[in-house]
Amino acid sequence: MNRYMVQRLGYVLLGLITLSVVFPILLVVGTVVAQGAAAISWEFLTTMPHGGMKAGGILPAIVGTLLLTLGTAFAAIPVGVGGAIYLAEYARDTWLTRLIRLAIINLAGIPSVVYGLFGLGLFVLFLQFGTSILAGSLTLAIMTLPVIISAAEEALRSVPTEFRTVIISLGGTRWQSIRHVVLPQALPGIITGVILGLLRAAGETAPILFTVAAFYLPSLPQSPFDQTMALPYHLYVISTQVPGMPPHIQNGTALVLLALVLSMSVLATIIRSYFRRRRQW
Amino acid sequence: MSPEPKIRIESVSYAYDGKSALGNVTLDVPTNAITVFFGPAGSGKTTLLRLINRLNDLVEGTRMSGRILLDGQDIYAPGTDVTGLRRRVGMVFALPLPLPASIRENVLYGPRLAGLQERTRLEEILTRSLVQAALWDEVKDRLDEPASALSGGQQQRLCIARSLALEPEVLLLDEPTSGLDPISTGKVEESLFELKRNYTIIIVPHSIQQAARVADYAAFLLMGELIEDRAGTQIFTAPRERRTEDYVTGRFG
Amino acid sequence: MTKVDISAKPSSRWSEFAIEAFIRVLGFSSIGLVALIFFFLLREGAPIFFETPPGDLFGARWYPTFDLFGTLPLILGSLLVTVTAIVIAVPLGVATAVFIREVAPTWTREVLKPMIEVLAGIPSVVLGFFGMTVVAPLVRTSLGVPTGLTAFTGALILAYMALPTLISVAEDALDAVPKSYRDASLAMGATHWQTIWRVVVPAARSGVVVAVMLGLGRAIGETMAVMMVTGNAARMPLSLDSIFRPVRTMTATIAAEMGEVAQGSTHYHALFGIGILLFLLTFIINLAAASTIFKRRRRGGLR
Repeated sequence: MNRYMVQRLGYVLLGLITLSVVFPILLVVGTVVAQGAAAISWEFLTTMPHGGMKAGGILPAIVGTLLLTLGTAFAAIPVGVGGAIYLAEYARDTWLTRLIRLAIINLAGIPSVVYGLFGLGLFVLFLQFGTSILAGSLTLAIMTLPVIISAAEEALRSVPTEFRTVIISLGGTRWQSIRHVVLPQALPGIITGVILGLLRAAGETAPILFTVAAFYLPSLPQSPFDQTMALPYHLYVISTQVPGMPPHIQNGTALVLLALVLSMSVLATIIRSYFRRRRQW
Repeated sequence: MSPEPKIRIESVSYAYDGKSALGNVTLDVPTNAITVFFGPAGSGKTTLLRLINRLNDLVEGTRMSGRILLDGQDIYAPGTDVTGLRRRVGMVFALPLPLPASIRENVLYGPRLAGLQERTRLEEILTRSLVQAALWDEVKDRLDEPASALSGGQQQRLCIARSLALEPEVLLLDEPTSGLDPISTGKVEESLFELKRNYTIIIVPHSIQQAARVADYAAFLLMGELIEDRAGTQIFTAPRERRTEDYVTGRFG
Repeated sequence: MTKVDISAKPSSRWSEFAIEAFIRVLGFSSIGLVALIFFFLLREGAPIFFETPPGDLFGARWYPTFDLFGTLPLILGSLLVTVTAIVIAVPLGVATAVFIREVAPTWTREVLKPMIEVLAGIPSVVLGFFGMTVVAPLVRTSLGVPTGLTAFTGALILAYMALPTLISVAEDALDAVPKSYRDASLAMGATHWQTIWRVVVPAARSGVVVAVMLGLGRAIGETMAVMMVTGNAARMPLSLDSIFRPVRTMTATIAAEMGEVAQGSTHYHALFGIGILLFLLTFIINLAAASTIFKRRRRGGLR
């Protein structure tokens, strides 16, 4: 068998392996869609559950996830973008900067359930926020921080340095160069990164287990100090803790969560490619 | 023309990363004339230029000794308003660098950064700067189009207009025509002749021929040292120093 | 000549300073947060080291209701699931990365990369749900085991969750191999295939190692999917067929039991103690990965 045959076979082998990676992805998405589609109805999406969660809709879970995502955004975006600006524009290459980068890598690697413990210890107990949207959002925000910082820093660095030099030579300050040129030009990349971070936060269960999630609440949350239901937690409970749960509700919930997360992913991709085309550099 | 030089460079030495870039340079730059810093690559001419508007402040790991006086005041004195300095000493770079904005916004960037908001004043500045940069006629009906749509030569003249909008006293040009075709180069050089009536101009030319075309005064730098500087174009035709002659006649470079 | 008023505004100098200071604080926040997390984990978890003799903590029996807090079954459970997952994921991931980067035509690449991003975005609870309802029954029927909720099922799901990270970092590593290496190999008459395996992949070795480390870190920390799929039996996985039996990971233990625990009780402290262990484990793994990255960058070369 000559070398070219080996190569041909090798390519096929690699292709098959790749297929075995990709095919299950399609399988998962396809199964969830196929099995869950039957449950989706206007009623399912917009009404409150009843009958011990075995009937009715999942509105409070949807609302809860949206509220948590919003809360995460409010907390994580300023700190994340600010941190990224510091790293990209102001930081010098010192041991301190390297320590910051190490800290970010570590934050990115901490298990989600450990974030849940931390949120419990700090926000719920020590600061006495109780299990609340506030505690949950802050916990999710810290978990999302490394994603936003990394994406934002990359976006800022991709803006050509020449722009900064020009602004400085026109008598602008460093902050003016950031505010007027660098940040606006980096914005699409930053927004993409933020959306990707938020979609991860929306899908997480472990951090909200002890900090905010409740299985059944009679009404929608009224204040940040209220508990709330959330889609990931809801799916977990109804698929593992409730005997006799009709499968179509489980599938429907899984589909809604998956659809929410995937549509955010698609949105991020669209934003990224749209602005890349319109770039003036 | 006042007898006091606009800029006085006194015994300036400059090093970065431990390597010396400039060694004990002393030089006067006269007002309202075109002064040329020329020499082979690595001679320190761009470095010297960037010291005059303190753009080198952005670089870490540098050491400088000596003084640079603008109208008799040391620009490196502690407490100097550096942003103000950069409005008095404008710079045009080797490659056209339009900001990602419209032509109008590009030109008005400097004044806006300085806080000027009055619409009529801004329009005046816009027109005047583009006229002085010999670009007005070509862009007057498309001021709101993106600057990136202009040709290379036009973009560079836009950058000149952008610097002129702040009405600086000094204009520094670092090989401004190196990326341009001969016609655009000619237009830029022509505008310099007009501009020198009101501005002090220092230019690092990209060829000796350009240096000879535009210079009122010329300084030859070699490996960070000032070899000779003189008024007029005699430095090109009858240099005093051997090394200058070698460079001008192309024996090295 | 009318001049733009360029007198320095002292207020603007102060506001510039204030803005820079504020941004600086935000920049340092990540260090503060890591410290804060460690501090609070210690605060709630340290008591376990005083309430239970340390030897017992590494005992083989985890029965909180009987005050037995031996974490060994949990540690071994995590180890078993994670290592199996990595063993599955590394060949799959490296092969896929090589395929995408070296073999696939551009149009295929454009299809594959978004798909992998989709996988990265699927919430772990959804994958756990899929694992529970589809994969576990499959495992049960095809392997003839009493239940499909086993370490192996968990490892399978975990492998797929670690793949996106693994593939993307491995891809970057392959990308970083200079074109000159490939050109030189081809110029000496090697086929593309030979070039890949004799030149490119070895050159990207350290990057692939980093990819594996990061995948490992991701796998150890995964909670929901493994919880829903590994059966949650805190047994010691000692025999060879334990891989096809239920186990319990450290992460699943915390998630499952925290809700029923009284604050301040020994059980509570024990769970936090496991949290400390997880934090330290991922800290070490990430430290190792980071130092490899930094070392590579400083050396400037490939190895």
